[in-house]
Amino acid sequence: MVQPIEPSIAILTVWVVLYIYSLAGSIDFGASFWAMVHANQHTQAGKIANRFLSPTWEVTNTILVLLVVMTVGFFPKAAYMLGTVLIVPVSIIMLLISIRSAFMVFAFSVERYRKALQVVSGLTALFIPALLISALPVTQGGFVQMIHGQEELLFGKWLTSPSVYLYILFGLSSELFLSSLFLADYARESGDDSAYEVYRRYAITFGPITLLVAVFTLYTLEPEADWLLDRLLRYNTWYVWSIIAFLIGYVALWWKTKDKKIGRPRVAVVFVAIQYALATFAYGASHLPYIVYPYLTVNQAFTQINTFYSLLKVFTIGLAILLPGFVLFWRLFMKDKRYLEGKNS
Amino acid sequence: MDTVTLARAFFGTSLAFHIIFATLAIGLSAMVFLSELIHYWKKDRDFGILAKRWTKSVAILLGVAIPSGTIVGVQLSLLWPGFMRIVGQVIAVPFQVEIFAFFLEALALSIYVYGADRLRPPYRVIAAFLVTLGATASAVLITSVNTWMNTPAGFKVKPNGTIYDVDPWKAFFNPSFYETAYHVVVSALMTGAFVIASVAAYRLLKTSQAERLIHTKALMLSLVVAVAMSFLTALSGHESAQGLHEYTPEKLAAAEGLFKTQRYAPLAIGGYVDYRKKEIIGGIEVPYLLSFLAGNRFDTVVKGLEEFPRWTWPPAYTHTLFNVMVGIGFLLLGLAGLALLVWWLRKRNGQPWWPKWLLYLLLPTGPLSILGIEFGWIFSCSGRQPWTIYHIQTTAEAATKAEHLGALFVAFALVYLFLGTLVCLVLTHYFKRHPIALDLKSNETLGEDTHGAAH
Ligand code: HDD
Ligand code: HEM
Ligand code: HEM
Repeated sequence: MVQPIEPSIAILTVWVVLYIYSLAGSIDFGASFWAMVHANQHTQAGKIANRFLSPTWEVTNTILVLLVVMTVGFFPKAAYMLGTVLIVPVSIIMLLISIRSAFMVFAFSVERYRKALQVVSGLTALFIPALLISALPVTQGGFVQMIHGQEELLFGKWLTSPSVYLYILFGLSSELFLSSLFLADYARESGDDSAYEVYRRYAITFGPITLLVAVFTLYTLEPEADWLLDRLLRYNTWYVWSIIAFLIGYVALWWKTKDKKIGRPRVAVVFVAIQYALATFAYGASHLPYIVYPYLTVNQAFTQINTFYSLLKVFTIGLAILLPGFVLFWRLFMKDKRYLEGKNS
Repeated sequence: MDTVTLARAFFGTSLAFHIIFATLAIGLSAMVFLSELIHYWKKDRDFGILAKRWTKSVAILLGVAIPSGTIVGVQLSLLWPGFMRIVGQVIAVPFQVEIFAFFLEALALSIYVYGADRLRPPYRVIAAFLVTLGATASAVLITSVNTWMNTPAGFKVKPNGTIYDVDPWKAFFNPSFYETAYHVVVSALMTGAFVIASVAAYRLLKTSQAERLIHTKALMLSLVVAVAMSFLTALSGHESAQGLHEYTPEKLAAAEGLFKTQRYAPLAIGGYVDYRKKEIIGGIEVPYLLSFLAGNRFDTVVKGLEEFPRWTWPPAYTHTLFNVMVGIGFLLLGLAGLALLVWWLRKRNGQPWWPKWLLYLLLPTGPLSILGIEFGWIFSCSGRQPWTIYHIQTTAEAATKAEHLGALFVAFALVYLFLGTLVCLVLTHYFKRHPIALDLKSNETLGEDTHGAAH
């Protein structure tokens, strides 16, 4: 019998959005953290981070909402199971997100207490990606128990598992690496050499750390997740390519530009994005067919077929309509020298 | 409290919090758009200044609107997993479209706020319009889900709970969608206008001669919008009530405390409903009116609660919720009409300023309007009890089975309280530090730098 293709399309779409959010969210939250770290200094590093954040944080947050909505729409039973199991951790993340967003916006408005407000938004932002990623091991097996037909999170085990902490560490270092790398590029685009140098140095530090933590994380999976490791090893060529992409991106931080500046941050950003794409998709492919091991597979969680097609249609049309908006947005805030150099602020 | 009650209280609190900021985001951005339009059209720079100041408030309010919306969005899955399992299969489309409304609003707002100094004036008007459009569209879309809960359509259920025969678009355009969406939108526009009117009245009571003109312009614009929108709110509310009569008669019966099915049914105003004695205590009954309002004929048969099993009666307090909402609607319509009338009469007699008593009367209109929104939603949601999806899924079936809700509820409530207080402080602090006098003096070259300052 021919397998229906729709669930695969749905999981791929969700995974693409997850990948985009993992990059965009890391950069967004990391930028808040760097803005805090550099709030007191004379370099422009803090200002650059804020200039990037103020127009973009809403858009980034909307990607998170898109991820939730897509999961509910395409895989209602996964939303059901994850919602029940993860109620406490997700609630804590929600509280942190709301405090972070509110304080960041307040900091833009209240000059007198700006620094204090930025400390709150910077510190909360630092922990959000770390907590978000701590949900991932829960789907790999070993943390969910079925009690009277009702799934429950083994809270104590989750809180004490070294594997979970390695995931958290990976989330933290990824956040700091991706955001500093991106801000280095943003600073270069803004023509600000001192801020560029600051962020480039961070990126150089956190790049290898992130890679090491990632490797450790994969090798300290819980025993219940051995199935995943076995399958991950089948994708080892993807990981090799991913590491090669990282190395190219990393080395690009020393390449000279035409006007003799050190480093090509744009090249680095692109290759690191490729690195994460390869790794994420290899991970995602190994995770199949399970959404929550061993209780729920992609096919079991899949929505009604008519709903799937309506969602897909809406998604495509919506993106097509909004595309000019995103292009204009990009040109105004990522390319326009008048904005980047802060002529009007 | 048992888990279901706790989940209801928890979710209701989150939505009651979100809805304040969401409604203001719609109402105020509509006022920004109108003001920007008048500014462009009449070249009156006062309206440019007003637009800029209102935009600043919208930007601050969105700092809470967006995360609180993210919270309710996620809490739907956390607290009502049983409900979301059906939503995901049947009515996921509005949620998905709503994302694009959010994107539209987020993009347009950033472009309007941070890019305005690099946009030519007509594009600024368009950007302001797109912000309003995005916010309004999100309200309409979320309302689609809510109306589907009240009047479910577009799917069938087997006795074992399996869903089949799904038509997402039929679910989207369910029977009560149009009138309710219309009511939600105009009531949000009305609320935005009254909030502006409140603030302008307050300023007029406090301010010096020099700033009177600009606050008068703000008050006039907001009153005109407020009168028009409260009129439409009442009209559309009437249509909503006729929808209740047609599709969810229990809700109308509870709202009116009507126990016996009857022709020539009376309209009950005030008092409270006693389910044990089966009567309204302390209210006024206007004979015949309910039948006429429900079906445009005095002999319309209106169903009473006794028609339905006792366990499906909505809570008795829905009568009060409904009365307060309708009362606020007529009160505010009257007040705004009165204010414009007084202004017009006095202007004919050559007395151009607002009398003090009138300004005092206008002070509470903004908060009252927000209260109307709160009461309306709580009426709509608790009037649906014991159902979450009318006649399909009860609230107990929809709710989570998870523990620890109490502690989470307390934590969220504290954070809402904290953020709510902080938003008020930030708004007052900001506008104290940036008095309108500064804008009036400094902006000779409006259009160049007015919006960049919103940074
Ligand atoms: C400023 C706010 C405001 C005001 C003054 C009014 N309403 Fe309203 N009403 C709402 C704000 C609102 C709302 C918050 O937007 C609701 C909640 C759910 C909904 O669909 O809209 C609502 C719901 C709602 C419903 C329930 C719909 C349902 O549960 O399906 C009815 C029957 C009315 N309204 C009727 C009226 C009437 C006859 C009014 C007379 C003037 C009125 N409303 C004024
Ligand atoms: C009638 C009631 C509601 C109205 C009028 C309303 C309106 C709004 C508005 C205007 C915003 C700001 C949009 C933006 O700038 O991005 C917003 C944000 C949001 N709302 Fe509501 N909302 C309502 C109820 C709900 C409910 C019940 C949910 C949950 C399912 C919800 C989910 C959200 C989410 C997820 C956001 C954040 C969007 C973002 O990240 O940009 N809203 N809402
Ligand atoms: C617009 C989209 C909305 C959706 C999809 C929605 C959905 C829900 C759901 C799923 C429940 C729980 C089940 C139930 O008790 O029936 C609920 C309950 C509730 N909602 Fe709504 N709601 C919406 C708007 C609002 C708003 C804006 C408010 C704000 C005041 C609100 C107030 C409540 C309250 C107070 C409850 C608890 C019901 C009770 O205690 O009787 N709802 N809503």
